[in-house]
Amino acid sequence: MHILGLLAYVSGFLSTALMLGIACMGLNMQWGKTGLFNVGVAGFMGIGAYTSALLTAPVGAGATSSLGLPIVVGFFGAMLVAGLGSLLVGALTLRLRTDYLAITTFGAAVMIQLVLLNATRYTGGALGFAFIPRPFTSIADQPTLFAMVTLVLLALIAAGVYWTLEQLVHSPWGRVLRAIRDDETAAISLGKNATVYRLQAFAVGGALMGLAGALQAHLIGFIAPDDFQASLTFQIWAMLVIGGSGSNAGALLGSVVVWGIWSLTGIVTGSVFAAEDQARAAALRIVLIGVLLCVVLVRRPRGLLSER
Amino acid sequence: MNLQFVMDGTLAGAMIALGAIGVTLTYSVLQFSNFAHGELISIGAYITYLVAAAISATVIGSSEALAVFSFGWNVLLAAVVAMAVTGILAWGLDWLVFARLRAKGMAITLVMASFGASMALRAALEFIFSSRPLYYTQELQIARAIGAGILVTPDQLLLVAITATLVGLLYVVWAHTALGRAMRAVSENPALAEVCGIDVPRVVRVTWYIGGALASAAGLLLGLLVQVRPQMGFEMLLPLFAAAILGGIGSVPGALCGGLIVGLSQAATVQFIGAEWRAGVAFVILLAVLLIRPHGLFGRRS
Repeated sequence: MHILGLLAYVSGFLSTALMLGIACMGLNMQWGKTGLFNVGVAGFMGIGAYTSALLTAPVGAGATSSLGLPIVVGFFGAMLVAGLGSLLVGALTLRLRTDYLAITTFGAAVMIQLVLLNATRYTGGALGFAFIPRPFTSIADQPTLFAMVTLVLLALIAAGVYWTLEQLVHSPWGRVLRAIRDDETAAISLGKNATVYRLQAFAVGGALMGLAGALQAHLIGFIAPDDFQASLTFQIWAMLVIGGSGSNAGALLGSVVVWGIWSLTGIVTGSVFAAEDQARAAALRIVLIGVLLCVVLVRRPRGLLSER
Repeated sequence: MNLQFVMDGTLAGAMIALGAIGVTLTYSVLQFSNFAHGELISIGAYITYLVAAAISATVIGSSEALAVFSFGWNVLLAAVVAMAVTGILAWGLDWLVFARLRAKGMAITLVMASFGASMALRAALEFIFSSRPLYYTQELQIARAIGAGILVTPDQLLLVAITATLVGLLYVVWAHTALGRAMRAVSENPALAEVCGIDVPRVVRVTWYIGGALASAAGLLLGLLVQVRPQMGFEMLLPLFAAAILGGIGSVPGALCGGLIVGLSQAATVQFIGAEWRAGVAFVILLAVLLIRPHGLFGRRS
């Protein structure tokens, strides 16, 4: 019985790590492959999560107005809306200074957070959005099997994303992207419209963040605005930088490593600190990841697996 | 029409301007947008709290309310000490993290490092002080009517005066002293400035001192008028950026005007639309500036 519990725990851990890994691969498309700085990752994940929730939650469930469509529709809807949102933000800022994109995406995340909190009719507000369908509910009474089947689904989706991105990167499109990142003037002089390529890469990345958000919604079955705060953006960034930006395998590895550190330190602080100090102890874990991020940036800027 | 939002907006604008001047200085001298600037505000506010508490514990009567104000001289003295300490801490953060990345020539990585530093510093404050709010004073102040339906407290007037003095002093330094000229030269062209014999590391150091000190003053304002919390500075970050970009990156008067415009818009939104949308005002202004006039009110086209 003990083994089964451990198996369920590890499956749940890996499912979450892969979900974050998909967002991290999206960020890698934007930052690692194109050099675009997105500080609003959590916002785009939030768009995906709430889009999918609105599309798939049963009609009339809870306080929100949802449509009750199949989960797959939610996944594609999440990618579409988050991708369009990124396109909009990118179109506004990509022609300006690089820092402006960072500031605008940061602002977009704040704004998305605000809409999620205040548009209570659609999002449920601060109380969150419940009754989001989870896949494989027919076997929910067998937790270990349920966790493992969910992990298989996540692994298939992550593998699909990984494969598609690798195809894209090695396509002529991916080569132009790399050329623009490494030497923009040269790429432009060869007749490539740098802004259009950047915009496309930014939208692809944003769509993947939306997919990750949708997966999070369906993994847990409940989402709230607090799930999509700046600390989530920060974790995804730490995953990419520590794993090695530019490499999709690095993005996945970084996700497992950072999520592993996060979960393990959670177990440690959970047993060391008293119940009333748990919130403060969680802050200590963020300090740890923040220091780790800065140390890796200064000492080993290429991360664990850098781009080949 | 009730003009209360003019007073509330001026106060919010003063806080935003104090932070935005730091943001615009670091951006123009060091060429990166510092996401950890909000945490300098929080750190300044917490240092003020600690020093004020220490003074009131050693000097009996120092925390008794001064004249018409709600706080004692211990808070004012603590604010001065905190400005100096926060300035030094800001430079220390640069030495510890940002200078090393600058030396490697990784400009955009600096922004990421500052985002990481912001997260870590904020979490550290939350760990040390917990997220329970703190107050500089327990006294209540009665607001007085000054006409046109506007109510103000003596504290608020004093804080506006303090802000005006600080910004005026800074403007004199920036526009009329050798140090200010050196800072402007470095922001125009660091390599050329160095060739001309300007001590660039000194300019960088002074930029952090000024940015940190003004952020700490913003922390005092926010702490006196609202409360001291670990999140207080981070919640100011978007208004700071919006004000700095609206004013034009690198322009001190621009940051002041930008701050006032953002502050007044926030207060007007609270009064006429609803307090729940206050945090969105800065984003709307930011988008409008980027669409209509990306170099800002006082900035030059790049």
